[in-house]
Amino acid sequence: MQFINIYAVLAIYKFEMSRMKRTLVQSIVTPVITTSLYFIVFGAAIGSRIDQVEGVNYGAFIVPGLIMLNLLTNSISNASFGIYMPKFVGTVYELLSAPVSTLEVILGYVGAAASKSILLGMIILLTASFFIDLQIAHPVIMMLFIVLTAVSFSLFGFILGIWADNFEKLSVVPALVVTPLVFLGGSFYSTDMLPPVWQTVSLMNPVLYLVSGLRWSFYEISEVNVLVSLLSIGIFMIACLAVVFMIFKTGYKLRA
Amino acid sequence: MSNTPNTPSTILSVKNLDKTYRGGFQALKNINLDIQKGEILALLGPNGAGKTTLISTICGIVRSTAGTVTVAEFDIIKDFRKTRSMIGLVPQELTTDSFETVFNTVSLSRGLFGKAPNPAHIEKVLKSLSLWEKKDKMIMTLSGGMKRRVLIAKALSHEPEILFLDEPTAGVDVELRKDMWQIVRELKSTGVTIILTTHYIEEAEEIADRVGVINNGELIVIEEKTKLMAKLGKKQLILELTSSLDEIPSSLSEYALELAPSGLQLIYTFSTQVENSSISPLLDQLKKSGVEIKDLNTTQTSLEDIFVSLVHEPLK
Repeated sequence: MQFINIYAVLAIYKFEMSRMKRTLVQSIVTPVITTSLYFIVFGAAIGSRIDQVEGVNYGAFIVPGLIMLNLLTNSISNASFGIYMPKFVGTVYELLSAPVSTLEVILGYVGAAASKSILLGMIILLTASFFIDLQIAHPVIMMLFIVLTAVSFSLFGFILGIWADNFEKLSVVPALVVTPLVFLGGSFYSTDMLPPVWQTVSLMNPVLYLVSGLRWSFYEISEVNVLVSLLSIGIFMIACLAVVFMIFKTGYKLRA
Repeated sequence: MSNTPNTPSTILSVKNLDKTYRGGFQALKNINLDIQKGEILALLGPNGAGKTTLISTICGIVRSTAGTVTVAEFDIIKDFRKTRSMIGLVPQELTTDSFETVFNTVSLSRGLFGKAPNPAHIEKVLKSLSLWEKKDKMIMTLSGGMKRRVLIAKALSHEPEILFLDEPTAGVDVELRKDMWQIVRELKSTGVTIILTTHYIEEAEEIADRVGVINNGELIVIEEKTKLMAKLGKKQLILELTSSLDEIPSSLSEYALELAPSGLQLIYTFSTQVENSSISPLLDQLKKSGVEIKDLNTTQTSLEDIFVSLVHEPLK
Protein backbone atom coordinates (compact mmCIF):
# COMPACT_ATOMS: atom_id res chain seq x y z
CA MET A 1 0.00 0.00 0.00
CA GLN A 2 1.42 3.33 -0.99
CA PHE A 3 2.28 5.72 1.83
CA ILE A 4 1.27 8.78 -0.12
CA ASN A 5 -0.93 9.14 -3.19
CA ILE A 6 1.73 11.04 -5.10
CA TYR A 7 -0.20 10.78 -8.37
CA ALA A 8 -3.12 12.61 -6.77
CA VAL A 9 -0.84 15.37 -5.48
CA LEU A 10 0.70 15.79 -8.92
CA ALA A 11 -2.67 15.63 -10.66
CA ILE A 12 -4.17 18.36 -8.44
CA TYR A 13 -1.02 20.47 -8.72
CA LYS A 14 -0.88 20.18 -12.51
CA PHE A 15 -4.59 20.83 -12.86
CA GLU A 16 -4.42 23.95 -10.69
CA MET A 17 -1.33 25.24 -12.47
CA SER A 18 -3.04 24.79 -15.82
CA ARG A 19 -5.64 27.32 -14.67
CA MET A 20 -2.80 29.83 -14.43
CA LYS A 21 -1.82 29.12 -18.04
CA ARG A 22 -5.40 29.75 -19.13
CA THR A 23 -5.40 33.12 -17.37
CA LEU A 24 -1.89 34.18 -18.29
CA VAL A 25 -2.79 37.86 -18.72
CA GLN A 26 -4.49 38.00 -15.33
CA SER A 27 -1.76 35.95 -13.66
CA ILE A 28 1.38 37.62 -14.99
CA VAL A 29 0.73 40.67 -17.13
CA THR A 30 -1.56 42.33 -14.59
CA PRO A 31 0.93 42.22 -11.68
CA VAL A 32 3.72 43.47 -13.95
CA ILE A 33 1.60 46.48 -14.98
CA THR A 34 0.40 47.09 -11.42
CA THR A 35 3.95 46.94 -10.05
CA SER A 36 5.17 49.29 -12.73
CA LEU A 37 2.41 51.73 -11.81
CA TYR A 38 3.40 51.56 -8.14
CA PHE A 39 6.97 52.45 -9.07
CA ILE A 40 5.85 55.26 -11.33
CA VAL A 41 3.47 56.74 -8.74
CA PHE A 42 5.21 55.95 -5.44
CA GLY A 43 8.77 55.59 -6.63
CA ALA A 44 9.14 58.31 -9.25
CA ALA A 45 6.37 60.85 -8.57
CA ILE A 46 6.09 60.74 -4.77
CA GLY A 47 9.44 59.13 -4.03
CA SER A 48 11.35 61.96 -5.68
CA ARG A 49 9.98 64.28 -2.96
CA ILE A 50 10.79 61.89 -0.10
CA ASP A 51 14.21 61.59 1.39
CA GLN A 52 15.75 58.24 1.95
CA VAL A 53 13.94 56.08 4.51
CA GLU A 54 16.32 54.62 7.07
CA GLY A 55 19.13 55.10 4.61
CA VAL A 56 17.32 53.41 1.71
CA ASN A 57 16.04 55.10 -1.42
CA TYR A 58 12.21 55.29 -1.21
CA GLY A 59 11.68 53.39 -4.47
CA ALA A 60 13.80 50.53 -3.16
CA PHE A 61 12.23 50.78 0.30
CA ILE A 62 8.75 49.89 -0.98
CA VAL A 63 9.87 46.77 -2.91
CA PRO A 64 9.49 44.31 0.02
CA GLY A 65 6.09 45.83 0.89
CA LEU A 66 4.98 45.55 -2.69
CA ILE A 67 6.06 41.92 -2.89
CA MET A 68 4.31 41.20 0.41
CA LEU A 69 1.10 42.90 -0.75
CA ASN A 70 1.00 40.75 -3.87
CA LEU A 71 2.07 37.57 -2.09
CA LEU A 72 -0.65 37.89 0.51
CA THR A 73 -3.52 38.85 -1.76
CA ASN A 74 -2.61 36.37 -4.50
CA SER A 75 -1.92 33.46 -2.17
CA ILE A 76 -5.31 33.95 -0.57
CA SER A 77 -7.20 34.41 -3.82
CA ASN A 78 -5.42 31.54 -5.63
CA ALA A 79 -6.04 29.02 -2.88
CA SER A 80 -9.54 30.15 -1.94
CA PHE A 81 -10.65 30.13 -5.57
CA GLY A 82 -8.96 26.76 -6.13
CA ILE A 83 -11.13 24.96 -3.58
CA TYR A 84 -14.21 27.20 -3.74
CA MET A 85 -14.86 26.58 -7.45
CA PRO A 86 -15.11 22.78 -7.16
CA LYS A 87 -17.53 23.36 -4.30
CA PHE A 88 -19.47 25.90 -6.31
CA VAL A 89 -19.79 23.84 -9.51
CA GLY A 90 -20.07 20.52 -7.66
CA THR A 91 -16.91 18.81 -8.90
CA VAL A 92 -15.73 18.54 -5.29
CA TYR A 93 -17.55 15.18 -5.17
CA GLU A 94 -14.57 13.69 -6.96
CA LEU A 95 -12.05 14.98 -4.43
CA LEU A 96 -14.20 13.74 -1.55
CA SER A 97 -14.60 10.28 -3.07
CA ALA A 98 -10.95 9.92 -4.09
CA PRO A 99 -8.37 7.98 -2.07
CA VAL A 100 -6.59 11.14 -0.94
CA SER A 101 -5.58 12.24 2.55
CA THR A 102 -5.74 15.77 3.95
CA LEU A 103 -1.99 16.13 3.50
CA GLU A 104 -2.24 15.23 -0.17
CA VAL A 105 -5.07 17.69 -0.75
CA ILE A 106 -2.99 20.41 0.94
CA LEU A 107 0.13 19.56 -1.04
CA GLY A 108 -1.82 19.73 -4.29
CA TYR A 109 -4.00 22.78 -3.81
CA VAL A 110 -1.88 24.84 -1.43
CA GLY A 111 1.31 23.83 -3.24
CA ALA A 112 -0.08 25.12 -6.55
CA ALA A 113 -1.44 28.33 -5.01
CA ALA A 114 1.86 29.02 -3.24
CA SER A 115 3.87 28.23 -6.39
CA LYS A 116 1.87 30.78 -8.36
CA SER A 117 2.40 33.40 -5.68
CA ILE A 118 6.12 32.71 -5.44
CA LEU A 119 6.39 33.00 -9.21
CA LEU A 120 4.50 36.26 -8.98
CA GLY A 121 6.87 37.49 -6.26
CA MET A 122 9.79 36.76 -8.57
CA ILE A 123 8.09 38.61 -11.43
CA ILE A 124 7.60 41.65 -9.21
CA LEU A 125 11.20 41.47 -8.11
CA LEU A 126 12.30 41.33 -11.74
CA THR A 127 10.00 44.20 -12.69
CA ALA A 128 11.35 46.26 -9.77
CA SER A 129 14.89 45.69 -10.99
CA PHE A 130 14.02 47.68 -14.12
CA PHE A 131 13.14 50.72 -12.03
CA ILE A 132 15.63 50.63 -9.17
CA ASP A 133 19.04 49.31 -8.28
CA LEU A 134 18.07 46.29 -6.20
CA GLN A 135 20.27 45.10 -3.36
CA ILE A 136 19.42 41.88 -1.57
CA ALA A 137 21.56 41.38 1.52
CA HIS A 138 20.26 37.93 2.45
CA PRO A 139 18.75 36.19 -0.60
CA VAL A 140 18.21 32.89 1.26
CA ILE A 141 16.31 34.61 4.08
CA MET A 142 14.36 36.55 1.46
CA MET A 143 13.32 33.29 -0.23
CA LEU A 144 12.49 31.78 3.14
CA PHE A 145 10.13 34.67 3.91
CA ILE A 146 8.58 34.55 0.46
CA VAL A 147 8.00 30.78 0.60
CA LEU A 148 6.70 30.78 4.19
CA THR A 149 4.36 33.69 3.48
CA ALA A 150 3.08 32.16 0.24
CA VAL A 151 2.45 28.79 1.89
CA SER A 152 0.88 30.23 5.05
CA PHE A 153 -1.48 32.57 3.27
CA SER A 154 -2.35 29.92 0.69
CA LEU A 155 -3.37 27.75 3.64
CA PHE A 156 -5.38 30.67 4.97
CA GLY A 157 -6.98 31.13 1.55
CA PHE A 158 -7.78 27.43 1.41
CA ILE A 159 -9.62 27.72 4.73
CA LEU A 160 -11.43 30.78 3.41
CA GLY A 161 -12.45 28.90 0.26
CA ILE A 162 -13.93 26.07 2.31
CA TRP A 163 -15.69 28.45 4.70
CA ALA A 164 -17.15 30.69 1.99
CA ASP A 165 -20.51 29.71 0.59
CA ASN A 166 -20.82 32.63 -1.79
CA PHE A 167 -18.56 34.89 -3.83
CA GLU A 168 -19.05 37.84 -1.49
CA LYS A 169 -17.57 35.95 1.45
CA LEU A 170 -14.73 34.88 -0.81
CA SER A 171 -13.73 38.46 -1.56
CA VAL A 172 -14.64 40.17 1.70
CA VAL A 173 -11.66 38.94 3.76
CA PRO A 174 -8.95 39.85 1.22
CA ALA A 175 -10.58 43.19 0.43
CA LEU A 176 -11.66 44.34 3.87
CA VAL A 177 -9.08 42.70 6.11
CA VAL A 178 -5.89 41.70 4.34
CA THR A 179 -5.37 44.65 2.00
CA PRO A 180 -5.90 47.28 4.76
CA LEU A 181 -3.55 45.34 7.05
CA VAL A 182 -0.89 45.32 4.33
CA PHE A 183 -1.26 49.04 3.67
CA LEU A 184 -1.15 49.78 7.41
CA GLY A 185 1.67 47.32 8.00
CA GLY A 186 4.50 49.53 6.88
CA SER A 187 4.54 48.38 3.28
CA PHE A 188 5.04 51.87 1.92
CA TYR A 189 6.40 53.68 4.97
CA SER A 190 8.41 53.15 8.11
CA THR A 191 6.43 53.13 11.35
CA ASP A 192 9.01 55.61 12.63
CA MET A 193 7.16 58.15 10.48
CA LEU A 194 4.02 57.64 12.63
CA PRO A 195 3.16 59.29 15.96
CA PRO A 196 4.22 57.09 18.94
CA VAL A 197 0.65 55.93 19.66
CA TRP A 198 0.19 54.63 16.11
CA GLN A 199 3.63 53.03 16.21
CA THR A 200 2.38 50.94 19.16
CA VAL A 201 -0.92 50.17 17.40
CA SER A 202 1.01 49.08 14.31
CA LEU A 203 2.79 46.42 16.36
CA MET A 204 -0.59 44.69 16.68
CA ASN A 205 -0.73 44.33 12.91
CA PRO A 206 0.60 40.86 11.99
CA VAL A 207 1.50 41.95 8.47
CA LEU A 208 4.00 44.42 9.90
CA TYR A 209 6.13 41.48 11.03
CA LEU A 210 6.13 39.99 7.55
CA VAL A 211 7.01 43.21 5.76
CA SER A 212 9.64 43.99 8.37
CA GLY A 213 11.24 40.58 8.06
CA LEU A 214 11.32 40.66 4.27
CA ARG A 215 12.70 44.19 4.29
CA TRP A 216 15.47 43.07 6.63
CA SER A 217 16.48 40.39 4.14
CA PHE A 218 16.90 43.13 1.53
CA TYR A 219 18.42 46.05 3.45
CA GLU A 220 19.07 44.80 6.99
CA ILE A 221 16.61 47.31 8.38
CA SER A 222 13.52 46.19 10.28
CA GLU A 223 10.74 47.37 12.56
CA VAL A 224 10.98 44.22 14.71
CA ASN A 225 13.62 41.56 15.20
CA VAL A 226 13.84 39.29 12.16
CA LEU A 227 13.59 36.18 14.38
CA VAL A 228 10.31 37.47 15.80
CA SER A 229 9.10 37.89 12.22
CA LEU A 230 10.10 34.32 11.33
CA LEU A 231 8.50 32.98 14.49
CA SER A 232 5.25 34.87 13.73
CA ILE A 233 4.90 33.48 10.24
CA GLY A 234 5.83 30.01 11.51
CA ILE A 235 3.12 30.11 14.18
CA PHE A 236 0.58 31.39 11.67
CA MET A 237 1.40 28.55 9.29
CA ILE A 238 1.07 25.90 12.01
CA ALA A 239 -2.26 27.39 13.12
CA CYS A 240 -3.58 27.31 9.55
CA LEU A 241 -2.39 23.72 9.09
CA ALA A 242 -4.16 22.71 12.29
CA VAL A 243 -7.40 24.32 11.09
CA VAL A 244 -7.20 22.57 7.69
CA PHE A 245 -6.66 19.20 9.36
CA MET A 246 -9.62 19.86 11.66
CA ILE A 247 -11.78 20.78 8.67
CA PHE A 248 -11.03 17.46 6.96
CA LYS A 249 -11.39 15.51 10.18
CA THR A 250 -14.80 16.95 10.91
CA GLY A 251 -15.88 17.37 7.30
CA TYR A 252 -16.80 21.01 8.01
CA LYS A 253 -18.65 22.44 4.99
CA LEU A 254 -17.38 19.56 2.86
CA ARG A 255 -19.02 16.32 3.95
CA ALA A 256 -22.62 16.02 5.06
CA MET B 1 -34.40 -5.92 4.93
CA SER B 2 -31.55 -8.29 4.22
CA ASN B 3 -30.64 -10.19 1.13
CA THR B 4 -28.20 -12.90 0.24
CA PRO B 5 -25.51 -13.71 2.77
CA ASN B 6 -21.99 -12.43 2.34
CA THR B 7 -20.47 -14.87 -0.12
CA PRO B 8 -16.95 -15.03 -1.56
CA SER B 9 -18.20 -13.22 -4.67
CA THR B 10 -19.65 -10.36 -2.65
CA ILE B 11 -17.74 -7.26 -3.67
CA LEU B 12 -19.68 -4.72 -1.61
CA SER B 13 -21.42 -5.26 1.67
CA VAL B 14 -23.55 -2.76 3.56
CA LYS B 15 -24.53 -3.64 7.13
CA ASN B 16 -27.05 -1.82 9.32
CA LEU B 17 -26.35 1.50 7.64
CA ASP B 18 -28.04 4.57 9.07
CA LYS B 19 -27.71 8.18 8.07
CA THR B 20 -29.32 11.05 9.90
CA TYR B 21 -28.48 14.53 8.64
CA ARG B 22 -27.71 17.40 11.02
CA GLY B 23 -31.23 18.76 10.73
CA GLY B 24 -32.58 15.45 12.05
CA PHE B 25 -33.76 14.01 8.73
CA GLN B 26 -33.12 10.26 8.63
CA ALA B 27 -32.15 9.51 5.06
CA LEU B 28 -31.12 5.86 5.53
CA LYS B 29 -32.67 3.38 7.95
CA ASN B 30 -30.82 0.18 8.71
CA ILE B 31 -29.79 -0.64 5.16
CA ASN B 32 -28.40 -4.14 4.59
CA LEU B 33 -27.20 -4.97 1.14
CA ASP B 34 -24.71 -7.33 -0.50
CA ILE B 35 -23.67 -6.75 -4.06
CA GLN B 36 -22.15 -9.54 -6.09
CA LYS B 37 -19.13 -9.09 -8.29
CA GLY B 38 -20.05 -8.42 -11.90
CA GLU B 39 -23.75 -7.82 -11.43
CA ILE B 40 -25.85 -4.84 -12.44
CA LEU B 41 -28.03 -3.68 -9.57
CA ALA B 42 -30.68 -1.06 -10.18
CA LEU B 43 -31.85 0.97 -7.20
CA LEU B 44 -35.29 2.36 -7.72
CA GLY B 45 -37.07 4.83 -5.56
CA PRO B 46 -38.98 8.09 -5.63
CA ASN B 47 -37.25 11.44 -5.15
CA GLY B 48 -35.76 11.81 -1.69
CA ALA B 49 -35.97 8.06 -1.02
CA GLY B 50 -32.28 7.86 -0.05
CA LYS B 51 -30.70 6.45 -3.23
CA THR B 52 -28.10 9.19 -3.65
CA THR B 53 -27.37 9.26 0.09
CA LEU B 54 -26.65 5.53 -0.01
CA ILE B 55 -24.29 5.89 -2.96
CA SER B 56 -22.64 8.98 -1.48
CA THR B 57 -22.06 7.18 1.82
CA ILE B 58 -20.44 4.20 0.14
CA CYS B 59 -18.23 6.53 -1.90
CA GLY B 60 -17.15 8.57 1.14
CA ILE B 61 -18.90 11.83 0.28
CA VAL B 62 -21.42 11.50 3.11
CA ARG B 63 -20.58 10.22 6.60
CA SER B 64 -22.73 7.44 7.95
CA THR B 65 -24.36 7.75 11.37
CA ALA B 66 -24.16 4.01 12.09
CA GLY B 67 -23.33 0.76 10.36
CA THR B 68 -20.49 -0.46 8.19
CA VAL B 69 -19.67 -0.67 4.53
CA THR B 70 -16.97 -2.95 3.14
CA VAL B 71 -15.61 -3.15 -0.37
CA ALA B 72 -13.83 -6.42 -1.16
CA GLU B 73 -13.83 -6.91 2.63
CA PHE B 74 -12.01 -3.62 3.25
CA ASP B 75 -13.72 -1.09 5.50
CA ILE B 76 -14.51 2.17 3.69
CA ILE B 77 -13.30 4.26 6.63
CA LYS B 78 -10.21 2.39 7.84
CA ASP B 79 -9.06 1.29 4.42
CA PHE B 80 -10.36 4.24 2.45
CA ARG B 81 -7.44 4.24 0.04
CA LYS B 82 -8.08 0.66 -1.04
CA THR B 83 -11.85 0.92 -1.22
CA ARG B 84 -12.09 4.27 -2.95
CA SER B 85 -9.53 3.33 -5.58
CA MET B 86 -11.82 0.44 -6.53
CA ILE B 87 -14.86 2.67 -7.01
CA GLY B 88 -15.88 4.99 -9.81
CA LEU B 89 -18.79 7.39 -9.40
CA VAL B 90 -20.87 9.13 -12.04
CA PRO B 91 -22.89 11.77 -10.21
CA GLN B 92 -26.44 12.72 -10.94
CA GLU B 93 -25.69 16.36 -11.73
CA LEU B 94 -23.63 17.37 -14.76
CA THR B 95 -20.81 18.73 -12.63
CA THR B 96 -17.81 19.45 -14.81
CA ASP B 97 -14.85 21.80 -15.03
CA SER B 98 -16.31 23.94 -17.80
CA PHE B 99 -13.07 25.60 -18.86
CA GLU B 100 -10.96 22.46 -18.88
CA THR B 101 -10.44 20.13 -21.83
CA VAL B 102 -11.92 16.65 -21.90
CA PHE B 103 -8.52 14.97 -21.89
CA ASN B 104 -7.18 17.00 -18.98
CA THR B 105 -10.21 16.53 -16.77
CA VAL B 106 -10.21 12.77 -17.35
CA SER B 107 -6.46 12.65 -16.67
CA LEU B 108 -7.02 14.54 -13.40
CA SER B 109 -9.48 11.86 -12.30
CA ARG B 110 -7.02 9.08 -13.01
CA GLY B 111 -4.35 10.80 -10.93
CA LEU B 112 -6.73 11.59 -8.09
CA PHE B 113 -7.53 7.92 -7.76
CA GLY B 114 -3.86 7.03 -7.43
CA LYS B 115 -3.06 5.76 -10.89
CA ALA B 116 0.07 6.71 -12.84
CA PRO B 117 -0.57 8.74 -16.00
CA ASN B 118 -1.51 6.45 -18.87
CA PRO B 119 -2.51 8.36 -22.01
CA ALA B 120 -3.15 5.06 -23.83
CA HIS B 121 -5.81 4.07 -21.30
CA ILE B 122 -7.40 7.52 -21.38
CA GLU B 123 -7.48 7.25 -25.18
CA LYS B 124 -9.15 3.84 -24.94
CA VAL B 125 -11.79 5.13 -22.52
CA LEU B 126 -12.48 8.23 -24.60
CA LYS B 127 -12.76 6.18 -27.78
CA SER B 128 -15.13 3.71 -26.14
CA LEU B 129 -17.39 6.62 -25.21
CA SER B 130 -17.09 8.32 -28.62
CA LEU B 131 -15.26 11.23 -27.00
CA TRP B 132 -11.87 10.94 -28.65
CA GLU B 133 -12.68 13.54 -31.30
CA LYS B 134 -13.61 15.94 -28.50
CA LYS B 135 -10.55 15.36 -26.34
CA ASP B 136 -9.15 18.87 -26.82
CA LYS B 137 -12.49 20.63 -26.57
CA MET B 138 -13.40 22.65 -23.51
CA ILE B 139 -16.16 20.87 -21.63
CA MET B 140 -18.38 23.94 -21.74
CA THR B 141 -18.66 23.53 -25.51
CA LEU B 142 -20.11 20.01 -25.26
CA SER B 143 -23.76 19.01 -25.29
CA GLY B 144 -25.45 17.63 -22.19
CA GLY B 145 -25.16 14.08 -23.48
CA MET B 146 -21.47 14.48 -24.17
CA LYS B 147 -20.91 15.95 -20.72
CA ARG B 148 -22.60 12.87 -19.27
CA ARG B 149 -20.12 10.75 -21.23
CA VAL B 150 -17.24 12.84 -19.88
CA LEU B 151 -18.43 12.06 -16.35
CA ILE B 152 -18.49 8.37 -17.19
CA ALA B 153 -15.00 8.65 -18.71
CA LYS B 154 -13.77 10.31 -15.52
CA ALA B 155 -15.25 7.51 -13.44
CA LEU B 156 -13.64 4.88 -15.66
CA SER B 157 -10.27 6.61 -15.94
CA HIS B 158 -8.79 4.71 -13.00
CA GLU B 159 -10.11 1.31 -14.03
CA PRO B 160 -12.59 0.82 -11.17
CA GLU B 161 -14.05 -2.54 -10.24
CA ILE B 162 -17.30 -0.99 -9.08
CA LEU B 163 -19.11 1.74 -10.92
CA PHE B 164 -21.89 3.80 -9.40
CA LEU B 165 -24.17 5.52 -11.87
CA ASP B 166 -26.49 7.97 -10.17
CA GLU B 167 -29.37 8.46 -12.58
CA PRO B 168 -27.13 8.19 -15.66
CA THR B 169 -29.89 8.80 -18.17
CA ALA B 170 -31.77 11.57 -16.39
CA GLY B 171 -32.70 14.18 -18.95
CA VAL B 172 -31.10 12.49 -21.96
CA ASP B 173 -32.90 11.61 -25.16
CA VAL B 174 -34.05 8.11 -26.02
CA GLU B 175 -31.20 7.44 -28.44
CA LEU B 176 -28.54 8.46 -25.97
CA ARG B 177 -30.27 6.46 -23.26
CA LYS B 178 -29.99 3.36 -25.41
CA ASP B 179 -26.33 4.16 -26.10
CA MET B 180 -25.83 4.45 -22.36
CA TRP B 181 -27.42 1.06 -21.78
CA GLN B 182 -25.08 -0.41 -24.35
CA ILE B 183 -22.11 1.16 -22.53
CA VAL B 184 -23.31 -0.36 -19.27
CA ARG B 185 -23.67 -3.79 -20.86
CA GLU B 186 -20.16 -3.54 -22.31
CA LEU B 187 -18.77 -2.56 -18.91
CA LYS B 188 -20.49 -5.52 -17.34
CA SER B 189 -18.92 -7.78 -19.94
CA THR B 190 -15.50 -6.56 -18.77
CA GLY B 191 -16.31 -7.62 -15.22
CA VAL B 192 -17.23 -4.23 -13.75
CA THR B 193 -19.90 -4.33 -11.06
CA ILE B 194 -22.50 -1.66 -11.71
CA ILE B 195 -24.91 -0.07 -9.29
CA LEU B 196 -27.26 2.42 -10.85
CA THR B 197 -30.05 4.49 -9.50
CA THR B 198 -32.86 5.41 -11.79
CA HIS B 199 -36.34 6.80 -12.01
CA TYR B 200 -36.88 4.94 -15.24
CA ILE B 201 -38.29 1.53 -14.51
CA GLU B 202 -37.80 0.72 -18.16
CA GLU B 203 -34.07 1.18 -17.58
CA ALA B 204 -33.98 -1.29 -14.71
CA GLU B 205 -36.12 -3.69 -16.68
CA GLU B 206 -33.78 -3.41 -19.64
CA ILE B 207 -30.34 -3.81 -18.07
CA ALA B 208 -30.44 -4.81 -14.41
CA ASP B 209 -29.76 -8.27 -13.02
CA ARG B 210 -31.24 -7.36 -9.64
CA VAL B 211 -33.57 -4.62 -8.56
CA GLY B 212 -33.68 -2.89 -5.19
CA VAL B 213 -36.43 -0.51 -4.16
CA ILE B 214 -35.71 2.21 -1.62
CA ASN B 215 -38.49 4.21 -0.06
CA ASN B 216 -38.26 6.61 2.89
CA GLY B 217 -34.68 5.52 3.56
CA GLU B 218 -35.54 1.82 3.74
CA LEU B 219 -34.57 -0.88 1.32
CA ILE B 220 -38.00 -2.42 1.01
CA VAL B 221 -37.14 -5.10 -1.50
CA ILE B 222 -34.13 -6.45 -3.32
CA GLU B 223 -34.54 -9.31 -5.69
CA GLU B 224 -33.43 -10.70 -9.02
CA LYS B 225 -35.36 -8.81 -11.63
CA THR B 226 -36.95 -11.87 -13.21
CA LYS B 227 -37.86 -13.37 -9.83
CA LEU B 228 -39.31 -10.08 -8.64
CA MET B 229 -41.45 -9.77 -11.71
CA ALA B 230 -42.54 -13.37 -11.37
CA LYS B 231 -43.24 -13.02 -7.67
CA LEU B 232 -45.06 -9.73 -7.74
CA GLY B 233 -46.19 -9.57 -11.33
CA LYS B 234 -49.79 -10.14 -12.26
CA LYS B 235 -51.42 -11.10 -15.51
CA GLN B 236 -54.86 -10.26 -16.72
CA LEU B 237 -56.90 -12.19 -19.23
CA ILE B 238 -59.53 -9.98 -20.80
CA LEU B 239 -62.38 -11.86 -22.42
CA GLU B 240 -64.54 -9.98 -24.94
CA LEU B 241 -68.06 -11.42 -24.88
CA THR B 242 -70.44 -11.70 -27.83
CA SER B 243 -73.42 -10.62 -25.67
CA SER B 244 -73.52 -8.67 -22.45
CA LEU B 245 -73.97 -10.26 -19.04
CA ASP B 246 -75.91 -8.80 -16.12
CA GLU B 247 -73.87 -10.77 -13.63
CA ILE B 248 -71.16 -13.42 -13.48
CA PRO B 249 -72.72 -16.90 -13.60
CA SER B 250 -72.47 -18.70 -10.26
CA SER B 251 -70.78 -21.64 -11.99
CA LEU B 252 -67.74 -19.37 -12.44
CA SER B 253 -67.56 -18.24 -8.82
CA GLU B 254 -64.34 -20.15 -8.11
CA TYR B 255 -62.46 -17.85 -10.54
CA ALA B 256 -61.43 -14.30 -9.63
CA LEU B 257 -63.48 -12.78 -12.38
CA GLU B 258 -64.60 -9.23 -12.72
CA LEU B 259 -67.37 -8.03 -14.99
CA ALA B 260 -66.76 -4.76 -16.80
CA PRO B 261 -69.53 -2.12 -16.35
CA SER B 262 -70.50 -2.60 -20.01
CA GLY B 263 -71.16 -6.26 -19.29
CA LEU B 264 -69.22 -7.14 -22.42
CA GLN B 265 -65.87 -7.95 -20.78
CA LEU B 266 -64.85 -10.49 -18.21
CA ILE B 267 -61.49 -9.77 -16.58
CA TYR B 268 -59.55 -12.62 -15.02
CA THR B 269 -56.57 -11.57 -12.85
CA PHE B 270 -54.01 -14.18 -11.88
CA SER B 271 -50.47 -14.28 -10.52
CA THR B 272 -47.62 -15.03 -12.91
CA GLN B 273 -46.49 -17.59 -10.34
CA VAL B 274 -49.67 -19.58 -10.89
CA GLU B 275 -49.48 -22.05 -13.70
CA ASN B 276 -51.27 -20.84 -16.80
CA SER B 277 -53.09 -24.17 -16.78
CA SER B 278 -55.83 -22.41 -14.75
CA ILE B 279 -56.89 -20.70 -17.96
CA SER B 280 -57.96 -23.86 -19.77
CA PRO B 281 -60.44 -24.95 -17.07
CA LEU B 282 -61.80 -21.42 -17.00
CA LEU B 283 -62.36 -21.45 -20.75
CA ASP B 284 -64.04 -24.87 -20.48
CA GLN B 285 -66.26 -23.61 -17.67
CA LEU B 286 -67.22 -20.53 -19.67
CA LYS B 287 -68.32 -22.76 -22.55
CA LYS B 288 -70.33 -24.97 -20.21
CA SER B 289 -71.97 -21.89 -18.70
CA GLY B 290 -73.02 -20.71 -22.16
CA VAL B 291 -70.81 -17.64 -22.16
CA GLU B 292 -69.57 -17.06 -25.68
CA ILE B 293 -66.24 -15.36 -26.27
CA LYS B 294 -65.63 -13.06 -29.22
CA ASP B 295 -61.98 -12.26 -28.51
CA LEU B 296 -59.39 -12.36 -25.77
CA ASN B 297 -56.12 -10.73 -24.85
CA THR B 298 -53.67 -10.75 -21.96
CA THR B 299 -51.70 -8.03 -20.19
CA GLN B 300 -48.82 -8.36 -17.73
CA THR B 301 -47.78 -5.91 -15.02
CA SER B 302 -44.54 -4.10 -15.73
CA LEU B 303 -41.76 -3.43 -13.27
CA GLU B 304 -43.22 0.04 -13.04
CA ASP B 305 -46.51 -1.33 -11.72
CA ILE B 306 -44.57 -3.45 -9.23
CA PHE B 307 -42.53 -0.44 -8.16
CA VAL B 308 -45.60 1.71 -7.65
CA SER B 309 -47.32 -1.00 -5.64
CA LEU B 310 -44.20 -1.54 -3.51
CA VAL B 311 -43.76 2.12 -2.76
CA HIS B 312 -47.37 2.56 -1.80
CA GLU B 313 -47.79 -0.77 -0.06
CA PRO B 314 -44.43 -2.21 1.01
CA LEU B 315 -43.89 -5.93 1.35
CA LYS B 316 -44.87 -7.31 4.69
